[in-house]
Amino acid sequence: MTEPTAPKGTTVVAEWVVKSPVLKGCSARAAAGFAAAAVALFALAPLALSDFRLGLLAKYLCTAMVAVGICLAWGRGGLLTLGQGVFFGLGGYAMAMHLKIADAGPGNLPDFMQLYGTATELPWWWRPFENPLFALAATVLLPMAVAAILGSFIFRRRVKGAYFAILSQALTAAFAIWLIGQQATTGGTNGLTDIQGFFGYDLNDPVNQRMVYFVIAAALLLLIALARQLIHSRYGELLVAVRDSEERVRFLGYNPANVKLVAYVVAAGMAGLAGALFVPAVGIISPAMIGIVPSIEFVIGAAVGGRASLVGAVLGAVGVAWAKTALSEEFPAAWTYFQGLLFIVALAFLPGGLASLVGIVRRRRAARAGGEPSPALPLGEAA
Amino acid sequence: MTVILGQTFTGISIGAVLLLIALGLSLTFGQMNVINMAHGEFIMAGAYTTYVLQKSISGAGLSLLVALPVAFLVAGALGALLEWLLIRRLYLRPLDTLLVTWGVSLMLQQLARDIFGAPNVQTRAPDLLTGNITIIGGDDPLTFANSRLFILGLAIAAVVALSLTLRMTSLGRRIRGVVQNRDLAEVSGISTERVDRTAFFIGSGLAGVAGVALTLVGPIGPTMGTNIIIDAFLVIVVGGIGQLKGTVIVAFVLGVLQSVLEYSTTVSVAKVLVLVAIVAFLQWRPQGLYTLRTRSLV
Repeated sequence: MTEPTAPKGTTVVAEWVVKSPVLKGCSARAAAGFAAAAVALFALAPLALSDFRLGLLAKYLCTAMVAVGICLAWGRGGLLTLGQGVFFGLGGYAMAMHLKIADAGPGNLPDFMQLYGTATELPWWWRPFENPLFALAATVLLPMAVAAILGSFIFRRRVKGAYFAILSQALTAAFAIWLIGQQATTGGTNGLTDIQGFFGYDLNDPVNQRMVYFVIAAALLLLIALARQLIHSRYGELLVAVRDSEERVRFLGYNPANVKLVAYVVAAGMAGLAGALFVPAVGIISPAMIGIVPSIEFVIGAAVGGRASLVGAVLGAVGVAWAKTALSEEFPAAWTYFQGLLFIVALAFLPGGLASLVGIVRRRRAARAGGEPSPALPLGEAA
Repeated sequence: MTVILGQTFTGISIGAVLLLIALGLSLTFGQMNVINMAHGEFIMAGAYTTYVLQKSISGAGLSLLVALPVAFLVAGALGALLEWLLIRRLYLRPLDTLLVTWGVSLMLQQLARDIFGAPNVQTRAPDLLTGNITIIGGDDPLTFANSRLFILGLAIAAVVALSLTLRMTSLGRRIRGVVQNRDLAEVSGISTERVDRTAFFIGSGLAGVAGVALTLVGPIGPTMGTNIIIDAFLVIVVGGIGQLKGTVIVAFVLGVLQSVLEYSTTVSVAKVLVLVAIVAFLQWRPQGLYTLRTRSLV
């Protein structure tokens, strides 16, 4: 994997790494922030919000889980992946297939297959999803496997930057079109709808909806912790180094393709888990939630909050998703303009996202206090 | 036999549309490494220009002829404006450009929705272009649609015009110079800024022309550009940047491949197979079919 194979240069990188400002993230503060987030998610939100609003929050948190992966792959690794919808969809469909089979009961076909399908029994590739353990594992492992195969092809041949972004976008377009085309077995444009139960729990019961919310919140915190560990590990530093100067890392004896591959695969797994938990929270998964447009919307949340900052990306994703609901319900046209403006302002004028404002303010204050201003860093500054 | 010929011709006409769109991209993406997601909305602008002109000029043939240069100017002006307002600030950040121009494309789509309404509109094709040409008569006839032939002709004309411009004119020399070595061009006294803007104007203008062509084969709507633009980007990725011949060859190859695969499988499976073919191709030539040889590492 990414374990350095080169004895030479390791010390150089290590020295370089220790001096990097990213490591200055104080861990006591991080723990406090983590605890505060847990209190907000597990105590405040359920108390303050109605069942309906809590359900919406659950949906936003799923977007935030995808954003954690994007923060890793794009913010840290420079891989602009416009195809997270594919992995989100793979996870979502894997979960939804199992829940549909479970809803139908043993021996029966899922409702939509009876409607348009000519099939009298489950298609062979649905069969394994009857097993709950297989389905659960598949929600994370299937996206990771697809990402690993695709990524190893793409990165090994040094297809990068814009080319990678376009390929990933083409992938998500092709996947959505393929799903729509296979109406008899995937539900086509409608997707898999009307999911009633979640491993034996009735999803129409508000108490069970709350439980789903708690599962999602816990999963999000888990992913954040995982990503934070990765970012602050040696691997995380290597990832940033690959982003900023791939050739230099190569000359030091590392293989940048492997470094990127790990970030891409982990991000895919996170998107898969998000998709899987999105299904019980919303009760539906369809091609409209995984195509080009939703895939790029995953990115905008991370971009607005701060792509290189975990906290920024997560808050940005939740904020943008919330703004979408709040604005688009009443003024759909205004929302589209606003969303366009968000892209422009966030990326053209504030590439570090809102999280970089903290750093900017801190530097200004330090400069006013007469201290030596710390140098502005392009992206990696906000941790 | 006629089926194969017919599918090939359909493929060539898909390729011609792709080529018209990708030509503009080969300038903006190939020359400046700018991924302009709003290119699709420039196509839309060209199509709506045709629609508006047809409302004010009665003859369908005349309005189409007038629409070609006007759409070129309208889309080109939009492109130059976009370059001046946003893109020139982002030349060193191609990935950010992609997302910024996506934002622009969202706003342009909504603008079109507000002006022309969300439902698609249609233009009337001139009588000359509505019929078919029969190549082989008899029981198993092979016919080509006139409109498709017109688009093919238009694409060829655009390629010839663009390659002559690049090869013969001093503007073309400057553009090629900037593509091959931006710094050297700059120190040789070329205003790369002006070259960039001109190239962007021409590239976006070609999108407008493609929009006029698309009105002949489909409806005009706010989202008409979004789907086709990805295929056009793939043409550039596979063809390689900086040279026209790669774009031309790949546009037709992908068009024929798509059409033949669609015939033997289904539309959705064909899309997936084409993408698999592209990823496989990039294993062999990661920089695309034709590339400019440089000594740089990236």
